[in-house]
This record gives sequence, structure tokens and C-alpha cells, in this order.
Amino acid sequence: MADTAHRTPRALDLKYQPGFTSVAMLCFFVLYAPIAVLVFFSFNANRSVTRWTEFSLDWYVRALANEGIQNAAVTSLEVAVFATVFATSIATAAALATTRVARYRGMTAAYTVINMPLMVPEIVTAVATLSFFALLRTTLGINFGLGNVMIAHTVFCIPFAYLPIRARLENMDLTLEQAAADLYATPWRTFRRVTLPLLVPGVIAGAMLAFIISLDDVIITMMVAGPGQTTLPIYILGQIRRGVTPEVNAVSTILLAVSILFVTLFFLLGRRRT
Amino acid sequence: MTAEAIKTPEGPPSSITERTVAGRQARTRGLLLAPAMLVIGVFGILPLFIALTYSFLEGGTYGGVEWVFSTEAYVQLLFERDIFEETLTFNTAYLEIFWRSFLLAAFSTLACLLIGFPAAYFMATRPAKSRDFWVFLITIPFWTNLLIRTFSIQLILRDEGVINIVLTELGLLAQPLQLIYTDFAVGLGLIYSFLPFMVLPIYAALERLDFRLVEAGFDLYATRAQVLRRIVVPLAKPGIVAGSILVFIPGLGAWITPELLGGGKELMIGNMIALQFGSSRNWPFGSAAALVLMAMVLVALVIYVRNVGKSGADHG
Repeated sequence: MADTAHRTPRALDLKYQPGFTSVAMLCFFVLYAPIAVLVFFSFNANRSVTRWTEFSLDWYVRALANEGIQNAAVTSLEVAVFATVFATSIATAAALATTRVARYRGMTAAYTVINMPLMVPEIVTAVATLSFFALLRTTLGINFGLGNVMIAHTVFCIPFAYLPIRARLENMDLTLEQAAADLYATPWRTFRRVTLPLLVPGVIAGAMLAFIISLDDVIITMMVAGPGQTTLPIYILGQIRRGVTPEVNAVSTILLAVSILFVTLFFLLGRRRT
Repeated sequence: MTAEAIKTPEGPPSSITERTVAGRQARTRGLLLAPAMLVIGVFGILPLFIALTYSFLEGGTYGGVEWVFSTEAYVQLLFERDIFEETLTFNTAYLEIFWRSFLLAAFSTLACLLIGFPAAYFMATRPAKSRDFWVFLITIPFWTNLLIRTFSIQLILRDEGVINIVLTELGLLAQPLQLIYTDFAVGLGLIYSFLPFMVLPIYAALERLDFRLVEAGFDLYATRAQVLRRIVVPLAKPGIVAGSILVFIPGLGAWITPELLGGGKELMIGNMIALQFGSSRNWPFGSAAALVLMAMVLVALVIYVRNVGKSGADHG
């Protein structure tokens, strides 16, 4: 190494570390190759998910015409929309109360509670929530039906919605709100006309994260959902267990596309900010 | 009486307004926080206490619980009760599942670190313009569906999977290799699932790295390996610790990965817990196992907080 230091220009690069670029390329390859295989075989004319014959959109046509998939997609959307709306509203309020204020007693506790769903392993949340709703049903006779799933999703979506909203608030300029106050705007008016419009990108970003997190959940939904309350990931899981055809690949690809679309929008939204 | 009551606020008027403003602010704050505290408190934290309660009850015949106090669930974690002779024999079956989960999670954390650190370093040393692109490439798998990503690994490892087909067609294999439904497959699945969780925090730490320190190291005749070990890695430590926690905790409680790649035989804690609430119908035992898992996670979190606190003090 020391001998070649004066010969190759790369050796003069402060940041160069031998082998790191290869490992990084391996890392990206490993992350994308399996997904690429999955997407590739969703276009296979054959029934096989690993032996290519020819290009076809048949499996997409079948998937979209499949009543089970249609119902699961509707359930998924219902749950995700409910969880997104509530989690984002709750998180926005919480972010306003925990950002840009002088430290107050209980702030750390509030912060810990908001982030609690991130710290508990998903399987623990799943069985605890199941126990909770079972207890509600047996002792008080309360059962919200699909509402159980919606509530469970709202809980774990809150911290995901909270993070970007909080980040946005922290980077926001205080002077505009001070100017509004100087011009005799009431606190509510200042909030409505100045703070909220400035906060919108953060709220949208938070809502998008909440939406994909809800759309992707498997374990908690599986435990909490009653019979007939099948979301798209639960449907896919059932199909995988039963033996796969490229139809599963097709549904998976559609779900992947939705996630990627949201992540891309989220990313662009974040970039415009900085 | 009334005159006195009026007289009592003695301070200058400004402090009264300050106090009422502060009071109003505290009330607004309380109202803003209430929904989050209420929803997470009732539907997130209360259920954990219900699980705790369930772990000390007797199981119902068809799932659920009977309201009779019992420590049977915790006894069952370590011992096997002989129904006829009423004797307890030490049973390591469940301990082994915990131990295997710990090993798999620890191994995959280490592997993620070995792959993730160079990847994060590579990203952090790109020109500022293309950095966004690489971050974007890591962000996509970070947020995409874990079930689908695990399914895609299944497609690669199956007996009829990509690896076996390619190797057979090259004439290197007479019969398919048993890749899937092994500990190897579960480990690989965990690495694949949580690799982005390792890369992003390390990248965040390395992005802020002051390369003048690296230059100073070289000026003092350090080799590249020394610069890496003595300067870069210590400065990236908060990211390394955060990444390790983000990989280790979900790895320890993983359910999808062992379910799809371990084939139900290579059990991990997550599957064992789910099984108790499913076909085994032993809710108290499942709750007890869940709480033990939760305790393991808390230990990991405490180690994390302590480490970050210490490294913060080192550099701050």
C-alpha cells in the first residue's frame, strides 16, 4: 500500500478505502436483485415464478379481475385512509406541543409516549393489542369490527407521521409568526394563516409515511383482524403459503409500485425543502 | 374579604399577564397533546399491561384466559410438567428458541455492519450532487413492504429458485441444494430485510465527518487502515450503535422472515409467540414469552442509551 502511494492517483485520494466501493456495489445489488427477479417474473406467460417463457400481462389481468384481491385492496385502503387521517392529525397536534417551546415538565415523557410504538417489537404489539380487544369483547361486549384494525394501525402510524412534521417545525422560521403577532393577529389567526400553510409539506410527508406504513403492515393486522377482514398483505401471505403463481408477483409488484411512488414523492418533497 | 381578595396579587401588572399567558399556553399544549397521549396510552400502552396480566393467568381451553392467578406460563418457559406424576423436569426447548433468535439477530447485525459500513462510507464520500441519488436508492427498500421483499428472497432460494436453476443448468448440480428452510436462509433474510436500517444512520454520521481529521491522520503517517480504525470508525460510532439497534431489535422479534424462509421448523421467538395465540391456544404462555422479548429489547435500548451518552461526551 505504502509503495504504491505515489504512483496511482487513487492512492492520493484521502477518502479512498480499499474494497469499500465493491462492498457498496454488492450491497445495492443484494438489495435490488431479488426485487428485480420478482417483478420480472410477474410478466411471465408461464405458471412458473422462476422459469421464463415469454412476456405477458395475463397475470395482471387476472389479479385485477380477482374478487379476493379487489376486496382486500378495498379493505387495505379503508384501513390506511382512516389510520392516515387520524394519525396525521394527532401527530400534527402533538408536534405543535413538543416543538419550538421552552422545556416544560413532562415533555420528555410525552416524547417517549409518542415514540413508544417504535420501541416495542411488532409481534409484542400485535399480541398485546389482540389481548386488549379480546378483553373488550368478552367483558364489555365491545367489538369495533374493522375498527379494531383501524385503531391498531393509527397507534403505530402516529410516530411515523410525527417525525417529518416535527422536523419541518424545527426548521421553520419563527420571524413570520412574530410579524403576524406584531400586526395584531390573534394566536389562532396566526396559526391558521401563517403556521399551518408553512407546515403543509411536513404534514403531507407525515401522511405519506403513515399511509405506506399502514398499507404494508402484516403482523399486527394478522393478529387483530377478524374473519373476512383481509388486507392486501394478508391476502398475499395466504397466497404465498398456498403455493405461488405469477399472480402473487403481479399483486406484489403493484403494491411495490405504490410504495415506491410514495417514497419518491416523499423524497422529492424533502429535497425541495433543503 | 372581597377587598383583601382583590388586593392579594401584589406584583407588577406585567407578571400577571405573563402568568396568564403561560397558563393559557400550558392549557393549549395540554389540549394538543391529549389526543396522542390518549390514543397511544389506551390502545398502545394499556394493552402491554393487559398482556402482563394475562401472563399471570391460566389459559382457557379454546384460547383466551381464565381469571385464576398462575405462574405456570413462566414455569413453562424453563420446565416441562409431567401431567401424570406432577413433576417438573428442566426443559431447554424454549431457551433454545430464545438463544437461536439472539444468535440469528446478533449474527445478522454483525453482517449488516460489515456490508453496511462500507456502503455508507461509499455514499458519504460521493460528490454532494450524486449523494441524494444513493440515499434515495437505500430509502426505497427501507420503506417497501417487508413481506414482499422476503417473498422475493424465497424466489431466489427455493428448490425451484433462481440459484438452483442456474447452478443446475450450468451442470454444477445434480439435484437442488437445500437453501430455503434453513438457519442460513433465515439469517440471509434478516440481513436483506434490515440492511437499509444499518446503512442510513451510519451514513448520517459519516456525512458530517470532517475529512480534515483524516488528512491530519495521514500527515502523521497513519496507514489507511489506521485512519479507518482510529479516526473514521470512532467518529461514526453513534451511527454504528444506532444502526445496530435498528437491526438487532426487529431481528430479535422477527416473524415474517422465519415464517417464510424458516418454514415453521426453524422457529424464532416471534413465531413461537404468534403460535401460542394461534393453533397452540396458550395465551398466558404467549404473553409471558412476549414480555421476556420486551425485556430483552429494553436491555438493548438501555445499552444503546448508555453508549450514545458516552460517545456524545467523548466528542462533545
